[in-house]
Parts: sequence; structure tokens; C-alpha cells
Amino acid sequence: MGGGTAAVSGRETTAEPRGGARVEVVGLDAGYGRRPVLSAVRFTVEPGGWLGVIGPNGSGKSTLLRSVLGLHPHTGQVRIDGRPLAGMPRRDRARLLAYAPQLPVLPEGVSTRDYVLLGRTPHRPLLAAPRRVDREVVADVMGRLELDGLADRAVVTLSGGEQQRAVLARALAQQPRVLLLDEPTAALDLGHAQQVLDLLDRLRRQDGLTVLSTLHDLTLAGQYADHLTLLAEGRVVAEGSPEQVLTAGVLSEHYGARARIVPGPHGPAVLPVRGA
Amino acid sequence: MSTAAPGTRSVRTTAGPGAVRSRRSAFLTGTGTAVVLVAAVLAGVWVGAVPLPPGAVVATLLDRAVAPLGLDVPGALEGTRAAVLVELRLPRVVLAVLVGAGLAVSGAAYQGVFRNPLADPYLLGAAAGAGLGATLVIAYAPGQQVGPVGVVPLAAFVGALVGVGCALALGHVAGGSQSASLLLAGIAVAAFLAAAQTLVQQQNTDDLREIYGWLLGHLGGAQWSDVGLVLPYLGVAVGTLLLCARPMDVLAVGDDEARSLGVQPGRLRLLVVVAASLATASAVAVSGLIGFVGLVVPHIVRRLVGAANARVLPVSLLAGGAFLVLADLLARTVLSPAELPLGVVTAFVGAPFFAGLLWAGARRR
Repeated sequence: MGGGTAAVSGRETTAEPRGGARVEVVGLDAGYGRRPVLSAVRFTVEPGGWLGVIGPNGSGKSTLLRSVLGLHPHTGQVRIDGRPLAGMPRRDRARLLAYAPQLPVLPEGVSTRDYVLLGRTPHRPLLAAPRRVDREVVADVMGRLELDGLADRAVVTLSGGEQQRAVLARALAQQPRVLLLDEPTAALDLGHAQQVLDLLDRLRRQDGLTVLSTLHDLTLAGQYADHLTLLAEGRVVAEGSPEQVLTAGVLSEHYGARARIVPGPHGPAVLPVRGA
Repeated sequence: MSTAAPGTRSVRTTAGPGAVRSRRSAFLTGTGTAVVLVAAVLAGVWVGAVPLPPGAVVATLLDRAVAPLGLDVPGALEGTRAAVLVELRLPRVVLAVLVGAGLAVSGAAYQGVFRNPLADPYLLGAAAGAGLGATLVIAYAPGQQVGPVGVVPLAAFVGALVGVGCALALGHVAGGSQSASLLLAGIAVAAFLAAAQTLVQQQNTDDLREIYGWLLGHLGGAQWSDVGLVLPYLGVAVGTLLLCARPMDVLAVGDDEARSLGVQPGRLRLLVVVAASLATASAVAVSGLIGFVGLVVPHIVRRLVGAANARVLPVSLLAGGAFLVLADLLARTVLSPAELPLGVVTAFVGAPFFAGLLWAGARRR
């Protein structure tokens, strides 16, 4: 890695990063039918911050992300830099928020380059061919994510780690101010998971992007996110820095887990231990 | 484009496994298909019960084209042979191009918006509706005319649109804009209409031959008025579909992600389905139910040019037209002077060809 800093950043056409936006969620309720899944969720992510949403299975993490994106019906407010998302035209919204779902749908027979180019959709006229600036942004992003060599491969034939980078590249080609990632490492082994998170951290620092991601691996969450929000049964039950949230007591109460917390320079690591 | 990457970490090159066709080769394929279409059209007007010399055909066509300018092209056909060319063969070939092109583009569009390779233009009840409409008219109101147009094409056209309309309404009630509920609604509507058609047909066995003749697809007796009947609808529908080609690519990543990219998948799918159904209805009205073209031509095209709809749709248009002209040529020459049902020929010729293509593709892998 390390090719990212070599990215061509002097060109005007590859629009400069606009920096991250503040994300505020207030009193968010959502459900499936009559079954409530989220109630009165509130949190704030500062511009350029990384909020990790953690919680046991079924606690509503993915629904929260989808609600923030406006993909799931909800009540309550989501504001980006103070602007409410409700009522904002879809294309405007898509220029602010980019989304990488837990299980991205990768189209058959589409090259990696054309797949990444889909990220330009909210920026270009819908009916016209991609413009030069679109191709340049895509080439730039693919360079940063070291995908150039895979540009003409069908995206479905890439390995898991390569696919995750392609999805990330598509999200970045959207030139968003907030990245919403649902379990970005779920399909990856430990090494590839760390590579992807390192890459994300670097991109976020370079561009000042705000990142909001769910992460089920608590150690990775503690190492990479600068704030954590713990959801349990649809409510925020703990929030704060990783050191504040990841404690043996909290894990025991909400995960029913026995774990030891190992402090480290980049945040705590969670070590599951066997009971007596 | 992205040329030399800083770190040459990748050992796979563009021609490696899983490589996707480049735009250049797609362009060449498109040009090649256009040439095939022109050749098919010329063959379609040359070959027939009354052989027309190729040179004279071209001369006649040129002569007609430049006639308004007061020019004369030597060697043009005269009398009966000119009439055979201009009044019989040409409208038939032109209609074959229109119908084939319309069905192939509709099929490509259906497959695109439903993300389903088994989708074809008849999926949402267009065929069953047209079949019922045509059967009703043949059985109960034969031989009627509305202006210059027979009532059978009109009934088929209306039937097809009613079928798709029912499927859309039912799908909307059942599950909004989701593609699965729309597909299931289409299956329910098609089954119901097909049952009604069978019932009418079974009650009117005297008309069985004519009904079957219509159902199996035909272009015999094609006239310029048929061309005039379909062209406006087909033009609007196909134009809409071609415009929607690029947005349709976004649907390939699923509805959630498409929404997060600023597209409204439900609206786009509805627009595409309505346009494709209009194209299908107008094609079916003048030709009956010609299977296979709408299902398989887009597949063949995708193998040649990749999955991008901005390439698949226009090339399907050309390839569908060429395919149906050639199929119709076979239909009227193999057992001449008898004609084979066109729908039978398309499947007879197309299925082995497609199977061969699948086999070749599997071997290459």
C-alpha cells in the first residue's frame, strides 16, 4: 500500500475533497410493520469523525444506517451540517452520502471501471454518456485504491478483498461528504479487514470525510473508530470514546459476553475469555 | 484511461480471465450487426417466389428514393415485378425489421430492469392479453375493419396493453415498485388471460386454424398500412428505452444502492416497463406471438458487447431486426409456396444456435 498519497491531486477536474459534514440524528424511530426496531436514537458525528455503531445481532445497526440514508421509513430528524435530509431531492442527498451495504449487489458482466463509474450517477446528467471529469474522478479513485490493474476485469470475478475495495471506490467516486458503511469487513479475513480499515482511515484523514459504520468486530471498532455508539434492542445504551464504551461491564450486560479489555495505543482490544 | 499503475502489483492484464469487452470492440460489433441487418434486408427483398435480380432491386430502391428530385435511375424494375417489390416484399421486410427490433429491445429492457435473465417481452401478460384479444375478435367479429386497419391487430394491441396494465396494477397493490411482486403479478395475470383465451378458443373450434395461425406468428400479407400502424408507437417506445439505457445500468446494483446513488428505481422501472410493453404490444399486433427473439437476442448481444445497456439496447435493436428478417426469409422459402409459422421458425433456428453459443462459451471458460 502507500500508493494512495501518489494520487494526482493537482488537477482541477478531480474535484477537491469538500471535507466531511456533521451528521446529527435526533429522536429517530423506525420499525418493520408494527414491530419497532429503533427508538429515540440520537447521536452526532463531528465533521471528519468516525463513529462506529456496535451492538449485538438484531440490535438495529443496519436499519439505523438505512434510515439515515432515507432507505428505510422512519420518524425523527437526520441533519447533515444542519440541513434536514427529509424532503431533500434524492440526487442532492446522493452527493452528500455514499453507502456501501453489507452485501453489495455486484452486477454481472460489468467491468470494475464501469462499476466504479456508477458512483458518478448523482453528479452527471442521467441520460448522457459519462463526461471527461467523471472518467477522471474514477481513474483517480481507482488509482488511490490500487484498482487500476483490475479496471477491465468483471467486478464479479474479483476476490472478496478486491470487491470490497471496488465498492469503496464506487462510494468515493460519489465524492460524498459522509461515508456510510455497513460492516465493511464482514466478508474479509483479518488481514484484508485491517487493510480495508487502514485504507478507510487514510482516505478519511486525507479528505476529511465523515465515516459512519457498523462494525461487529469490537476490537476493530475500538482500534479504528474515534467514537462508538452501542445499540441494544434499538436504543443507544452507551456512547463515547472506545475506552468509555468498551468495558467488561458493558459487554457482559449487553452482549452477555465475558471479555477482558486490553488497552492499547490506538484504542482498546477486546479479548473474549472462557468462563469458569 | 488508467494506464500504467504506480505499483504493477497486478499480474492480470486486460485480456485475462473475466475481462470485459472494451468499448472499441463493442463499437465494432455494433457496426458489424448493422452491416448484417442491411445484408439481411437486401436478401429479404431479393429472395422469393418471384426472383428479383439484386441489381434491379437496388436500382428500383434508388429510383424511388430520388424520384422526388426528378432524377431517373436506369435499370429499375417495371410493372408486376416492381409491384412485387414495393407492395409485397418491401413492407414485409420492413415490418420484420420493426417487429424483431421492437421485441429484442423490449426483451433487453425487461431483463435489465428485472435483473432477471429469464425475462422476456411477454412476461407481464402482453402475450396472453394480445392472444385473448385476437382470439375474441377472430371468433366473434371476424373480418371487421377500422379504417384501413383490420380489427384483429387493434384487439391484439389493446389486449396486450390491458394485460400489462392489470399486471402493473396488481403488482402495485401487492408490493409497490418491487420487481418480485411485479413479476408474480404478471404471472398471475398471464395465467388468467391464457385460460380465458383457451376457453374462447375451445368454444369456437371452427376458427381454430385461424386462431393458431395468428398465435404462432406471421408476417404474410404485410402491408404498408401495418408499418404505419406500428411505427409511431414503436418509435416512441424504442426511443424512450434507448434514452433510459444508462439509468438502467444503475438498477443493476439493486434498489437500495440505486436509491443511494440518487435514482428512483420504482419510477424508472415503471417507465421502462410501460415503454417496453408499448413496443411489444405494437409488434404483437401486426405479427402475432413470435417467441424467442425477445428472450435470446439480448443474451447473444450481451455476450458480444458486455452488460452495459447503452450498448446492449442499440445492438439488440439491430440484431433483432436482422434475425427476424432472416427467420421470415426461411419461413416463406423452405416449404414454398407454403409458409411456415414464423414463431416456429424463430425457435427452430434460434434455439440450436443459442445452445451452440452456450456450449462454445462454456468451452472457452
